[in-house]
Amino acid sequence: MELLWFATVAGMLAVYVVLDGFDLGAGAVHLYVARNDVERRMVLAAIGPVWDGNEVWLLAGGGALFMAFPVAYAVGFSGFYLPLMLLLWVIILRGLSIELRGHLDNPLWAAFWDAGFTVGSALIAIVLGAALGNVLRGVPLDGTGTFHLPLFDSFWPGPRSGVLDAYTVLVGVFTLLALGGHGSLFVAFKTEAALHRRCMRSGAWLWGAAGVLFPIVTWATVRVAPELPGDAAGRPLVWVLVLAVIAAVGTLAGGLYRGRSRVAFIGSAAILFTLLGTAAAARWPVLLRSTLAPALSLDAYAAATSTHGLRVAAGWAAIGLPLACAYFVFLARSFRGKVQVAPSPGHPHP
Amino acid sequence: MLDALFWHRLHFGFTITFHYLFPQLTMGLALLIVLLKWKGYRSGSTLHDDAARFWARIFGISFLVGVVTGIPMEFQFGTNWSRFSQFAGGVIGQTLAMEGMFAFFLESTFLGLFLYGEKRLSPRGHLAAAIALWAGSWLSGYFIIATNAFMQHPVGHALGANGRLELVDFWAFLFNPWAIWQYLHNMTAAVVTSSFVMAGVGAFWALSHKFSEQAALNVRLGVTAGLIASCLMVFPTGDRQGKMVANHQPAALAAMEGLFESGPNAELAIIGQPDMRSRKLENPVVVPGMLSFLIYGSFGSTVVGLNDIPQDHWPDNVELLYYAYHVMAGLGTLFIALMAICAVQLRRGKLLASRPLLWALMLAMPFPYIATTAGWTTAELGRQPWVVYGLMRTADGTSPRVSAGNALFTLIGFSGLYLVLGILFLYLVGREVAHGPRTTPRQASGPALVQEAA
Repeated sequence: MELLWFATVAGMLAVYVVLDGFDLGAGAVHLYVARNDVERRMVLAAIGPVWDGNEVWLLAGGGALFMAFPVAYAVGFSGFYLPLMLLLWVIILRGLSIELRGHLDNPLWAAFWDAGFTVGSALIAIVLGAALGNVLRGVPLDGTGTFHLPLFDSFWPGPRSGVLDAYTVLVGVFTLLALGGHGSLFVAFKTEAALHRRCMRSGAWLWGAAGVLFPIVTWATVRVAPELPGDAAGRPLVWVLVLAVIAAVGTLAGGLYRGRSRVAFIGSAAILFTLLGTAAAARWPVLLRSTLAPALSLDAYAAATSTHGLRVAAGWAAIGLPLACAYFVFLARSFRGKVQVAPSPGHPHP
Repeated sequence: MLDALFWHRLHFGFTITFHYLFPQLTMGLALLIVLLKWKGYRSGSTLHDDAARFWARIFGISFLVGVVTGIPMEFQFGTNWSRFSQFAGGVIGQTLAMEGMFAFFLESTFLGLFLYGEKRLSPRGHLAAAIALWAGSWLSGYFIIATNAFMQHPVGHALGANGRLELVDFWAFLFNPWAIWQYLHNMTAAVVTSSFVMAGVGAFWALSHKFSEQAALNVRLGVTAGLIASCLMVFPTGDRQGKMVANHQPAALAAMEGLFESGPNAELAIIGQPDMRSRKLENPVVVPGMLSFLIYGSFGSTVVGLNDIPQDHWPDNVELLYYAYHVMAGLGTLFIALMAICAVQLRRGKLLASRPLLWALMLAMPFPYIATTAGWTTAELGRQPWVVYGLMRTADGTSPRVSAGNALFTLIGFSGLYLVLGILFLYLVGREVAHGPRTTPRQASGPALVQEAA
């Protein structure tokens, strides 16, 4: 049961990264790829009906984590108190930016929310990456079973590093590049003409840059968590997922090469999902790694609620998760096709 | 510097109070929009569809603020209340996770379809999207109330060997009797809020001689729904909720009523201020025996007063609890009176010509918000000093490693951010009200987020 819920929570959070990832990425490249009011409204129209549903995967995944592993939720969230609060404020700003831009027909109003959308999305992408970096690197969990981290201290990864250190920032930058590429390809998939072409280009460049950074990230991950490759090597699932990552990279490259935005986007989504899956499969059963001593790490068995509770939840999740997926497919089908918006009613701005 | 407990409580109290200003409007409006869409679908008249489209815009703005202020709520269980989360997460995590899976996905999917899909869907499909949105938002409300009900009146659990609560009886937990009455009480209150807002906007248009047909429709529906919901809010839901408090939280009831001395013929305080030093109600205006009657159905029944309850089981802020409860109950009574007068005049065809009543309807708009805020203050202060009633004290639920200063810092941050949010909300809703109902489905030249077939 613990393994089932570990996989479910990891899977839900991976779906969150794939789905919200494309609207975050679209936001991160918004100011660059969309050059005028019409194009910017097209980017927003592409994500408008879905971004809120995408963000729900974070809430639902967080809820599942809370239910299944309350100790990990409590220790992790209170340990990351300030960074999480700052993240919340950025999430609020970005959500407003998406929805409020269209309420006034005024170029200054639109420019303000466009900037909020781009800055907010980019910051969230970096913070999500840094959060993943923290989970992989570990936190100073001590004998009391809690931890407290400064935002940054010694910037070099080690026992004295904070939430942000060279490693977690590296993962954050990698995430920004990957999600920027992912979001570009989504916008490319949903649009035509100049915007489509620019998004295909930025998708290729950003994923290319992420690809260059990837070996460095992998090397750094092994440096901060030396036990990880040894744990992972003995697990067949990890190998299957690694092969899936390679297949996904092939799909992405093929889609980009042949200029097929849909194939490229699917490849991009598959890369994100399988990469996160690989990380989770390699990490099992550790939820929060202690940087002080391996024995102090919090694993799924210690953090989980009772087996009866997990079983009951598995019962309703077996109904709820397929329903959630069905809604999503229905929504995507309802808004299928390229987006089109009317010519600018007001003044185009640079 | 006050201790961290105080700041954590104020942090949660402030963020949840502000958050709930928005869902109460959207949950109530979701039902009223379904009614409008239904009538529009049945009659084929554009009047109801235009009204539904106007309220959908208000719904969209309110929903957005509700969503962005709701995300911090789930986070705060972990960030500010980590010991409580460890203790109770295995039980209340069930309903919180179910809310995400069963309600939020439904709600967000059909919100997108309802707001942006009118031109893509058939009239029947658009009505169905409105119904799904209503179902999603009311389901979400139930899961949250069931979570709160466990904190008020824990059932279906056991204390595990590791000192944490475990789920034992899922169905008892999910259908906690406290949850059912509190839910009905809360949802009728949400309908009251949205009906008052609808009637108030209609009254504003009528008073300014604008959109006369729409003004009449909004006043009519707002007053009708407002009267029904105000009555249901008091009886049976408020009545049963009160009995639930009396049976399971006698200390909360005594404090709400300002009752210090136990005894039969317990009086119902209408006016008065509790004086905690001398343990009595100052300048009381009371109805003798009424409290005994309301709770037990007979005047002779004994109601326990605070003097017979150990002081460490008292709610820690008796005065605020007393005032909050009296504000809620007093306003609830006034709502019935106002809506009853308006409904009578409506039937006689004189409401839309009565400027004093239209003024009253317009000015009444903020008061349901005050009443629901006071109601939740009553529920949550009444639960004190417990975070899970009888099982864990609030003081034992905080995050040990989050200092008072950090909590104060983020509280100030939220205050500033929410002030800006509140101003934006009022500005945008004010613009919509001034602009009035739109007669065509959303065009791409209006809001940005419009999708059309390629």
